[in-house]
Amino acid sequence: MRKALHSGGRHPFDYRKDISGCGLTGLIHVGGKKVGGEAVIRSICLMNERGNGLGAGFAAYGIYPEYHDHYAFHVMYDHLDARRETEQFLERLFAVDMTEEIPTRPTGNIRISPFLYRYFVKPSPEAAPKEMRLLPDDDYVVQTVFQINGNIDGAFVFSSGKNMGAFKGVGLPGDIAEFFRIDEYEAYIWTAHNRFPTNTPGWWGGAHPFTLLDWSIVHNGEISSYGINKRYLEMFGYRLTLLTDTEVVTYLLDLLIRKNGLDVHTACKVLAAPFWKDIDELPDEERQALRAVRMMFGSAMMNGPFAILFAFNGGLVGFNDRVKLRPLVVGRKGDFFYMASEESAIRTISPDLDEVWAPRAGQPVVVRLGKGLTS
Amino acid sequence: MTARGVFAIDAAGLHYRELNRRVREAVAAGRKDVLLTGVNGQYYIGDGIRAEVNITVEGVPGNDLGAFMDGPTIVVRSNAQDNVGNTMNRGKIVVHGRAGDVLGYGMRGGKLFVKGDVGYRVGIHMKGYRDQVPVLVVGGKAGDFFGEYMAGGVLVLLGLGPDDGRPPVGDYLGTGMHGGVMYIRGSVDPTVFGKEVGVVEITPADSQFLHECVREFCAEFSIDPGEVLTREFIKIVPVSLRPYGNLYAY
Repeated sequence: MRKALHSGGRHPFDYRKDISGCGLTGLIHVGGKKVGGEAVIRSICLMNERGNGLGAGFAAYGIYPEYHDHYAFHVMYDHLDARRETEQFLERLFAVDMTEEIPTRPTGNIRISPFLYRYFVKPSPEAAPKEMRLLPDDDYVVQTVFQINGNIDGAFVFSSGKNMGAFKGVGLPGDIAEFFRIDEYEAYIWTAHNRFPTNTPGWWGGAHPFTLLDWSIVHNGEISSYGINKRYLEMFGYRLTLLTDTEVVTYLLDLLIRKNGLDVHTACKVLAAPFWKDIDELPDEERQALRAVRMMFGSAMMNGPFAILFAFNGGLVGFNDRVKLRPLVVGRKGDFFYMASEESAIRTISPDLDEVWAPRAGQPVVVRLGKGLTS
Repeated sequence: MTARGVFAIDAAGLHYRELNRRVREAVAAGRKDVLLTGVNGQYYIGDGIRAEVNITVEGVPGNDLGAFMDGPTIVVRSNAQDNVGNTMNRGKIVVHGRAGDVLGYGMRGGKLFVKGDVGYRVGIHMKGYRDQVPVLVVGGKAGDFFGEYMAGGVLVLLGLGPDDGRPPVGDYLGTGMHGGVMYIRGSVDPTVFGKEVGVVEITPADSQFLHECVREFCAEFSIDPGEVLTREFIKIVPVSLRPYGNLYAY
């Protein structure tokens, strides 16, 4: 006879658990053709079991054509004091041409949410503090994001790029999609994430994608080198406030690519550095270059298992850690490229792929707008 | 009672729990041929089933296909994902496309044939059990850590497919291997060998096994076995039964 040992009436060993990792998916149309959010929702929801309801999100590129020259700030507020303080701060530093609540719809499973606003802004440095006045626009925006996230209690900027946006929160992907009305946006690049937090809290700011300017990152795995990466980034003025490892990926890419001018492939070689034994086998020039890169950016190397998709206005990139400890599959149908944790998540939106393959460990798959697959 | 004919289940849109419940029900009712159509991503198909039954999968099955399986034959008409044949005990899985990472993890019996390429850590910790010898055959190419921590059983890699310059197998081949045997068709770059394995001569018994194994594999996929057997195989075995025996001993 089975005893009712707790309210569910199950034996303690007869527990139901879905063994999970995070799930990620993304797509890009090389010609810049926009597709509705429905496809990426279907793709990420096919991998529902990879998450546990403690975080999901989407990034979409090309969604604000009417404000394509404005930085689109998406901000979440715990309370309205945070909103007041943030808006005063933004109005001092920017021409705020449009302010609105981020459109949401009532969703049964999303019972609580922060206050969610978006602002379309252009820098107006005249009234800015001296140390910000001469900054290029992108740096000016980065400083603004760090100041809001670090100094204003209860305010978090979760998207700050041009003509793109991130939408994220605590819930399963289907619920977050419904809540943020993802089906109503059209984009030429989409990424999506389904979170199963292991080491860090499941909160709205901790859901993926993580963004800065137009960089957006969705990640499955763990950045075990978080401490080293964080201290390294702090030397260059990055402030890590979002309580989770994936944040470093976003800032490392910004540091390596935007600030140091590395190309995407080289930046990926910094993050998923080849082993010394493999570097030693390379032809002279390549060996010297990679040795230099490892020495120069050693503290930017990411240790631990990861599959990552990162997007920017010009493309979508998928890559793995150097021993491939997390899944990633790439598919192509005509000018559409798809990248996901599972092939079935691609097949559900594009059943008859022209090609499908699994990238090699540490080898980025770079798909550029207007160019396609580049190597 | 044995039910005749093919019992079809339309898996389109079904959650894996519901799909697998229906499969188990069909098996319990004595069905011998079960056809799953419209499969896409459902996990755990055929898991833990102890019966003689043919399960045909149309569409891409989800992770952990045939885990803990004890007897059935599963034929996948397309690609498969990760963890196929996880800790499988008996039976056969045939994949007509490519498959993902970590195939045959801890496999202790039965056969797993994949026609195309496979990913990383294939055959990791395959082991066998008493007189059971699991056999995993890959028609295409394999990624890094092929046969990692292998403790028993047989891994065969044919490396067929277009000559695209990629080697048949990735780096860290047989790292931590301490039991079982691997056969790889063609040549392997010696720098990819893990520290725990070495190459030994093919014996007449090995050739006999390979002939039978390749013939069975080729019959599944209508490949000409004569063509496949024209190239030599190399045989890889562990050089130590306890490669890490001294690792933590001071």
